[in-house]
Amino acid sequence: MKTAAYAELNRREKATKAKKDGTSPVWLKGFAVPVILLAIWQYAGGSGLISPTVLPTPLSIGAAFYELAGSGELAANMQISIARAAGGFLLGGGLGLLFGILVGFSKKTEAYLDPSLQMLRTVPHLAVTPLFILWFGFDELSKVLLIALGAFFPIYINTFLGIRGVDAKLFDVARVLEFNWRHQITRLILPAALPNILLGVRLSLGIAWLGLVVAELMGSSAGVGYMIMDARQFSQTEKVFVGIIIFAVVGKLTDSFVRLLERRLLKWRSSFQGTN
Amino acid sequence: MTVSLHVDEKAFGRNVVLDNIQLNIQNGEFLTIIGPSGCGKSTLLKIAAGLDTEYEGKVQINKRPVTKPGISQGFIFQEHRLFPWLTVEQNIAADLNLRDPDVKRKVQELIDIVRLTSNEKAYPSELSGGMSQRVAIARALLRDPEVLLLDEPFGALDAFTRKHLQDVLVDIWQKKKITMILVTHDIDESIYLGTQLAILRANPGRLQKWLPIELSFPRSRTDTSFQYLRQKVLEEFEKTEHSVYAEGAGI
Ligand SMILES: Nc1ncnc2c1ncn2[C@@H]1O[C@H](COP(=O)(O)OP(=O)(O)OP(=O)(O)O)[C@@H](O)[C@H]1O
Ligand SMILES: [Mg+2]
Repeated sequence: MKTAAYAELNRREKATKAKKDGTSPVWLKGFAVPVILLAIWQYAGGSGLISPTVLPTPLSIGAAFYELAGSGELAANMQISIARAAGGFLLGGGLGLLFGILVGFSKKTEAYLDPSLQMLRTVPHLAVTPLFILWFGFDELSKVLLIALGAFFPIYINTFLGIRGVDAKLFDVARVLEFNWRHQITRLILPAALPNILLGVRLSLGIAWLGLVVAELMGSSAGVGYMIMDARQFSQTEKVFVGIIIFAVVGKLTDSFVRLLERRLLKWRSSFQGTN
Repeated sequence: MTVSLHVDEKAFGRNVVLDNIQLNIQNGEFLTIIGPSGCGKSTLLKIAAGLDTEYEGKVQINKRPVTKPGISQGFIFQEHRLFPWLTVEQNIAADLNLRDPDVKRKVQELIDIVRLTSNEKAYPSELSGGMSQRVAIARALLRDPEVLLLDEPFGALDAFTRKHLQDVLVDIWQKKKITMILVTHDIDESIYLGTQLAILRANPGRLQKWLPIELSFPRSRTDTSFQYLRQKVLEEFEKTEHSVYAEGAGI
């Protein structure tokens, strides 16, 4: 509590100091380079140096975004894409967590399951896309399963590693305090494995997102990926850009969300946070 | 509670670590065990706690054989071994529910006893070594152990903190009348705390000498009778001089 208040004080002090010195705060510095690039880009496009079908100007991309958002097309496509990604992530990630825990807990399940799972892991999951289309067709099922397959392994492996990494000395403590099995899991194993599990979640989300893009570009009749492919056919490059930017922004937002979760759940950690 | 600690032999592979150790501790006594590094003190304490059951002999607490660790034999490890993800009060409660008013009250009482008031919500990473060790002591005490086993609990602390915690421990021992067994390699500590003193020798670990310490509490290290006992313990160590001493035996 005290340290948080202190950090806040420190931050405020720095902010006021920055104002006094005339130097800008850190976040503003990050904006400098993109703003300059956008200005050059806009100028080059506006003066006809670059053809708009190759590289539309930032302003026309903004206009396309405005139009797509206004007509509701964007919202509808995003909804479908996010539902697919979330479905695939929950299915694959959930199973990854479950198997990670099962295999992490018991040497026996490890002996039975881990070799097969490790073998499957070496297959690049995008390489099985044609197979999934053959089996499950072009509809939602094949897309969700493809995403799930990619999301499974990072969580599985990291959960397993997290559980196996629990300090044996703390197990002795749990024995001395007579923890029952439920408390062993909730008070010892899961909290100890949580940093690893959250890392797995972050990696899985990234892969789920990638899987979504691939699945939608391969063929679909709705979603942000479909929107991109559709716009490409009609050479609406600014619409393609809008789709790409949406993918980037939503991907970044989910990652930020997990990081926020990490900071919340792992506030007990006092590890190195990087220098200023 | 009475503890009878009979270890005929304890070996790791072909390395015999403990040989024919017989210790009987009466209810409410405070036994300190002292000996050179590697003589098997931790091993002996783990056997007493039920953490190690692969030995020949018999350990009984109140005439009941000890077969597995449990809360009636509280154990304080050399390092505090707190759960880093739990706050001070959660660590003390551990598997008990802090929302239970009875538990909450007892936890608060113990926090006051070990003088950690206003640190309830701190995480172990925010505590000093001495504070962490006090949390570990409170955690064991909450479970009302019949016997408290302590393995060099103050070894890593500075002289001031150590003296303070020793006094806290004597205080608790007198109030709660728990039977205590404390392992140390500090001669002063063994005389300052114990009502009985067991000196072990190494290779293999054997009972060199058993001494009652009949000084009244509170004790003073500068007392002549304290110094006399100190002398006596040192003489015992000299007798075993020929046996191999590892470093840090505290002599
Ligand atoms: N798990 C183990 N496997 C094999 N040998 C062990 C094991 N634990 C302890 N030993 C051996 O048993 C002997 C006694 O170890 P122990 O930890 O009981 O010593 P100690 O008296 O507590 O020493 P210290 O004062 O340094 O803590 C040592 O020689 C050590 O090598
Ligand atoms: Mg030891």
